Amino acid sequence: MGFLEELKALVPGRVLTKEAELAPYESDALTAYRRRPLAVVLPERKEEVVAVVRLCHRHGVPFVARGSGTSLSGGSLPVEGGIVLALNRMNRILRLDPKARIAVVEPGVVNLEVSKQAAPFGLLYAPDPSSQPVSTIGGNVAFNSGGAHCLKYGMTANHVLGLELVTPQGEVVRLGGEGLEGVGPDLHGFFVGTEGLLGVALEITLRLLPGPEAYHTLLAAYDSLERAGEAVSLVIRAGLLPGAMEIMDRLSIEAAEKAVRAGYPQAEALLIVELEGPKEEVAEEARVLRGVIQESGAYEVRVARSEAERQAIWKGRKAAFSAVGRLSPDYIVQDGVVPRSRLGEALREIGRLSRAFGLRVANVFHAGDGNLHPLVLYDGKRPGELERAEELAGEILRLCVRLGGSLTGEHGIGVEKKAYMPEMFAPEDLLAMERVKAALDPKGLANRGKVLPEEVHA
Amino acid sequence: MLRPTTPQEVQEAVLTHPRLRPRGAGTKPTLSSPQEGEALLDLSGLRGILEYEPEEFVFTALAGTPLGEIEAALKAHGQYLPFDPPLLGKGATLGGTVAAGLSGPMRHRYGGVRDFILGVRFVDGEGRLVRGGGKVVKNAAGFPFHRLMVGSLGAFGVMVELSFKVFPRPRATRTLRATMKGLEEALRAVEKLRLLPLDLLALDLLPPATLELRLGGFPESLKARLERLKALLGQEEGLEEMEEVAEEEAHWQAVRDLRFLEGSPIHAKVPAGLSRIPFLEGLPLGPRRYLDGGEVLYVGLEEEGLKALKDAGIPHLVLRGAQDPLSPKPQDPFFLGVKGALDPKGRFPLR
Repeated sequence: MGFLEELKALVPGRVLTKEAELAPYESDALTAYRRRPLAVVLPERKEEVVAVVRLCHRHGVPFVARGSGTSLSGGSLPVEGGIVLALNRMNRILRLDPKARIAVVEPGVVNLEVSKQAAPFGLLYAPDPSSQPVSTIGGNVAFNSGGAHCLKYGMTANHVLGLELVTPQGEVVRLGGEGLEGVGPDLHGFFVGTEGLLGVALEITLRLLPGPEAYHTLLAAYDSLERAGEAVSLVIRAGLLPGAMEIMDRLSIEAAEKAVRAGYPQAEALLIVELEGPKEEVAEEARVLRGVIQESGAYEVRVARSEAERQAIWKGRKAAFSAVGRLSPDYIVQDGVVPRSRLGEALREIGRLSRAFGLRVANVFHAGDGNLHPLVLYDGKRPGELERAEELAGEILRLCVRLGGSLTGEHGIGVEKKAYMPEMFAPEDLLAMERVKAALDPKGLANRGKVLPEEVHA
Repeated sequence: MLRPTTPQEVQEAVLTHPRLRPRGAGTKPTLSSPQEGEALLDLSGLRGILEYEPEEFVFTALAGTPLGEIEAALKAHGQYLPFDPPLLGKGATLGGTVAAGLSGPMRHRYGGVRDFILGVRFVDGEGRLVRGGGKVVKNAAGFPFHRLMVGSLGAFGVMVELSFKVFPRPRATRTLRATMKGLEEALRAVEKLRLLPLDLLALDLLPPATLELRLGGFPESLKARLERLKALLGQEEGLEEMEEVAEEEAHWQAVRDLRFLEGSPIHAKVPAGLSRIPFLEGLPLGPRRYLDGGEVLYVGLEEEGLKALKDAGIPHLVLRGAQDPLSPKPQDPFFLGVKGALDPKGRFPLR
């Protein structure tokens, strides 16, 4: 029996091989990259995933695990001749234990669903990537997804307490546990963010937190992007720790207005600051924040007086991404990180690059943690424009590294940024990653071609 | 004894010794005492803060830097280490804290050491200097070797440099002590408190029936929050507030330094959790305290107590008073793969 026949026997009726069936799996949210897999498998139980991984190992067939395919770095791009393990059907919350404040979930569970199920207990799952209504926990784990609240609450890795996974060689392993602390190496913490190169998560134990009692949400308008960036520094210098701080530039404000009519003021830059916590504490912090924002040169300030007004402030921000997308036939989004105090410098330089390359760049970003999200707008039908956009995006990445930041805050390296890894990491660093990969996956089957640059050896 | 003062000297030491045992300040002797055939690698010479940008909420320091030095630098800018590293007052170092994976009572508010580590430079078993993570609060690039170091006992390499996230220090703190009728009632109270958005700095259980709750924030808001907390606990008697500011601070420093364990020969950390506490309370344990809403137990033990933990198959980490720190030893293929890749010759602990 050949590989495909064995595969079909393992997962009867749920192996896709026809061209039309495979097409939706050829790419993820980074649509510039496409690969036709040999087959797509739709497991429903973890035993099936394990069996498929073992079969792949035996036959030396590469595999890519995939959730909803929202990766912006090409993290779930298939490998030609390999298979895709589409895990969306493994979408059960196996246990939600409010006493222990944990949820045990399958990898195909959608991020937002965890918070929905936890809400009746007053609990939430903190990581909130913009993709959270669609993206799955398995994908979030692979890419250590973030969101708007990372400065205060950390990223996915900080909310994963334990994992069951299958290694690329087909061994089933449990890492971590159900508590906030264990003993021994934090192997589950290490697994999170390795982008599927070291195995496939089968079950994930998540930390749940009590939702904040009160919010204070403020919108401030500035006549320059740098001033908004400076305001963020003032907030931090005042000793405040907001749950979220977000900045939008004029292009994204206009796009958001067009798309959802958020009712934002006209401005070169908008800053959203959200405080959260016990109501008395939030009231005191709000008093400090008011002073800081007054000092920061904002020419219009709005404070949400109700949950509806709060939602209105967030509505435009949440829509900004897709709204900007509509301004242009195509766009590339980067998510480099710079030290917060270099935000102004970074934005100035991005503006300069945008003019130099003759391409529009919109900025919507998590200002609290220095995580930029420049959207490079281009038209793929115009010859050479994609290449120019990619080159511009690359310059932005180099800029982030040069300023002491990172290539990616939350989207991951994937295929898209692997060529830039040597800009951020020394050959020894990359060799250490390669050695770990080779030890756990000697045949190089798990998410082949991602993260690690082709040529490490300097 | 080897006492390197630069990462390069650490690399040389690693390459010239088949087996090593790194030590910071030696505050956790079970982890840092050389075993048969091991050379002691004293890292106290790798000391000093390399970068600290208060506005970034980030610092980078050499691994042998005493926590006290870091705390003082942060305090001067109104910041602190939210994971509240234990044994700070005893001289514990940053690297030792990461290697042991220890966090103190205030971990309840924002999380433990694993939630604040951002980056590492370490010397692997082949003498190579490797960096993982970064120096910014958000970063998803490359394999996160920094997280691998937490609780590793130095198994994958010798940490030489670490980067951490820090937060603004609470402007003021208050502490309430509540004495319940018994363990069951105390556990019910903890369970209830854990589900509420109270933003407590610390929530400790001193068995059988005492809770200690610490609040931090603006002095103006603390009074009202404290009153609400009292009403929530729903009892007039058995509630006691630590009135003196200096006394309150000193109390928590003593807890953080694990002084309550001092009369016991063996000191251990045990991952607990509310559902496991009733069982643990049936074992012959010495002086002890459950931190973070019952999540983690620091306990003083006699031989009998340690044996009871082992016999019951309860995972634990011995800091002092025994030969082997970690039970059980990790032996799964994932651990062995990573260990083999970074320390193929078995120079470091957990070989």
